[in-house]
Amino acid sequence: MVNVLFFAHLKDVVGKEEVSVEGNEWNVARLKEKIAADYGLEGLESVMTAVNEEFADDETILSEGDTIAFIPPVSGG
Amino acid sequence: MDFEISKDPIRIEDVIDKVVAREAGAITTFIGTVRELTNGKKTLFLIYEAYEAMAVKKLEQIGKEIRERWPNTHVAITHRVGKLDITDVAVVIAVSTPHRNDSYEANRYAIERIKEIVPIWKKEHWEEGEKWIGNQLETVSYPSGKPREEDMNG
Repeated sequence: MVNVLFFAHLKDVVGKEEVSVEGNEWNVARLKEKIAADYGLEGLESVMTAVNEEFADDETILSEGDTIAFIPPVSGG
Repeated sequence: MDFEISKDPIRIEDVIDKVVAREAGAITTFIGTVRELTNGKKTLFLIYEAYEAMAVKKLEQIGKEIRERWPNTHVAITHRVGKLDITDVAVVIAVSTPHRNDSYEANRYAIERIKEIVPIWKKEHWEEGEKWIGNQLETVSYPSGKPREEDMNG
């Protein structure tokens, strides 16, 4: 299992901050497809991803216990 | 802790104190505040949200980038989260350097990098509604709660 975190509008659409899902040995792109289908999220392929608090690309392979965060365009400052 | 996410109001002096150094000849302080009008639209208040663990790491990364680019520099950054009213302080960046030019440049670099890589988001609340802001220029936003078709293809 891997932990998936949602922020900003993604959190509003999903209605949760965090979910635990199958994803061990998947790549990020496959997880995005699964999450998009499960929660009706559109445009997830263009949202950045962080794995264990570092930006990661779609080819990154996930391991048991990883924390994946979907990072919409940031607007701090 | 030179790089922080704070739920409480930021004490500006505390951030500045972190970069005081004997070799410094200049300290620049950037104070980002909540603006009332954006493109003629009146903001009532903002909510800032952060992925705190990663945000602190990315602020530390910005500090490292600055120290590599401008030698003998000290950097401290605190970003606020939660509900902020008009004029409230959202971010304070303090940079000390031996000479003033580097201090201005490094401070400017810090705020621009925050807007690129630090996972912090603001939600604008207006009289007629609310919206997560996609970026500071307000060119990417999701009024429906989802990215629009043109953003997805962009």
